[in-house]
Amino acid sequence: MTTTYFKNVREAAATLSKGLKLTFKHILEARKSSKPVAISDDQYFEEFDKGISTLQYPHETMPVPDNGRYRLHNEIDDCIVCDKCAKVCPVDCIEIEGIKATEVIGKTLDGTPKRIHAAKFDIDMSKCCFCGLCTTVCPTECLTMTKAYDFSEFDFKEHTYSFATMTPLEILEKKKELEEFEAKKDQVAPTEDSSTPASKPRPKPQPRPAVKEQPVAEGEPGKKATVKPKMTSPKPVMKPKPVVKSKPVVKPKPVIKPKPVIKRKKDEND
Amino acid sequence: MSTILFFLPFLLVFTVLAVYAERKLSAFIQDRYGPMEVGYYGILQTVADLLKLLQKEDIVPKAASKKLFLAAPLLIFIAVFMGFSVVPVTSGWTGASIHTGVFFLLAIISLDVIGIIMAGWASNNKYAVLGAIRSASQIISYEVPLTLSVVCVLVIAQSLDLQAISYQQGILITSMDPQAKNYLFGIKALGIDITDVGGILSWNIVRVPFLLPVWIIFFITTLAESNRAPFDLPEAESELVSGFQTEYSGFRWSIIMLAEYGMMLLTSLLGVLLFFGSWNTPLPNVGVLRLADWTTGVPGSWLGHGWTMFWLISKALLMVALQMWVRWTYPRVRLDQLMTLGWKYLTPMALVLLFVCSVWRLIMTW
Repeated sequence: MTTTYFKNVREAAATLSKGLKLTFKHILEARKSSKPVAISDDQYFEEFDKGISTLQYPHETMPVPDNGRYRLHNEIDDCIVCDKCAKVCPVDCIEIEGIKATEVIGKTLDGTPKRIHAAKFDIDMSKCCFCGLCTTVCPTECLTMTKAYDFSEFDFKEHTYSFATMTPLEILEKKKELEEFEAKKDQVAPTEDSSTPASKPRPKPQPRPAVKEQPVAEGEPGKKATVKPKMTSPKPVMKPKPVVKSKPVVKPKPVIKPKPVIKRKKDEND
Repeated sequence: MSTILFFLPFLLVFTVLAVYAERKLSAFIQDRYGPMEVGYYGILQTVADLLKLLQKEDIVPKAASKKLFLAAPLLIFIAVFMGFSVVPVTSGWTGASIHTGVFFLLAIISLDVIGIIMAGWASNNKYAVLGAIRSASQIISYEVPLTLSVVCVLVIAQSLDLQAISYQQGILITSMDPQAKNYLFGIKALGIDITDVGGILSWNIVRVPFLLPVWIIFFITTLAESNRAPFDLPEAESELVSGFQTEYSGFRWSIIMLAEYGMMLLTSLLGVLLFFGSWNTPLPNVGVLRLADWTTGVPGSWLGHGWTMFWLISKALLMVALQMWVRWTYPRVRLDQLMTLGWKYLTPMALVLLFVCSVWRLIMTW
């Protein structure tokens, strides 16, 4: 009885003084503060334990690796408006509107000819889930993820980034050009099924071949020999994916149908 | 006079700075920066907080008993603030010259609990009532070892007047009573006269080494008395929201906070007055180096006021820092642990030490 009493007193004194020493050590160490070091740095874990470890965020930032996968960026000059990124995106955050050009309008950095004007290329970063699928499917590697991670805005509409550089006037002009071209084409060879007021239906069929049968679509207007070998290098990666993914994209629609079934049940219960 | 002229403005400034200091100290202990944005190194953070608090609506719950609810914070603060009235500020500036100063101080700060119970009961809130009940049980049980530890000093000092106790602990002892002498460890039989040496050697804690454990008991009980961690059960924010303060807002809440920091300062001052040489300098006279004389000054002169006030306040602030350090080191104790510590450990120890101090007093005058 008495022994436990004094043992308790001794233990309390020992542990309490140990606790005070521990916190005093931290007070002394608070004169130093750990520097923001990148995680790739050898010093990272050593620096982590030095004194104050707070990162005063807006004033100092932790260096992120150059290959950080945060905000999306599209280099519109290199974009062939193939629509693959919009198709593959699981959250549909990319909106693309292309206007077929009447001729090759330029080349990307890797030599792929551009045949579609990008009237609209919007990425809604507030929807983006940062999966990076769009960057892997991009044939010209113009769509990339950058290391910019702080892009908070006061209005969430600001999260929609527009990469298209065309003015409304230019878009109108290009549409008109295409219409005229289609009209001429129909006059010359009226064998095709395509209807004359093609401005609307045309953009729709355009992206589809771009995913599934790109070599065929691109083979029609011009140089077969030069285009094909260049496309083959990214293709091996691409081909297996579209085959698998194009089907699930169609399938999700039936998923919506079960909902009315649930509603009927509720009605029955009521 | 000293209460209104000195302690009221000092308490306001102290509270603002102490809240800042507490936040910084807790941050450093937890490897953080604490407030950094308002002013240089966050120094104006508490000022901004205070401005915000004063602008807040004074909310009175519908089901609360209004009169008691409104009066309680003032009663808490007045009880604590009255305690300052007997505290001497300098060697020449005594507080209220009450011969039973210590007795008055202990009695008046115990009234604090009435305000807390009023606040808890009037809030008509289960958390507030629980907090108030805890506070009452805590203050009552810790009053006993606190008083016993103070009595240990009073037995040595043979006085209840805080200014008299202050004079005894330094070179100015002769100005109170020309015949009085200070001996090393207070023991006349040793024959080492330190009346003229002063400094740290004449502080109560050195005059009677047994006062060190007494001071530890005193320190623990004052922590409990001012409801601070690890004895902050009445507030216990993780279980009782914030105890008896739950329903308070704005100015009334800031008054309660002012009372808490006032209590911290008062108990620190009392600890310094009783154990650590009051307003006396820690530097002794060594031969021709009359350090104690130089850093004490003549009572009543400007230098005397300045030095003694400096020593008293800086020692008290060190004690406050110690209280904060303890707060951010230990976790909160359970209610039964609190009672066990108070009744089974501190009270018997204080009784034994009271006996030891009484014997020491007999040896001193031998």
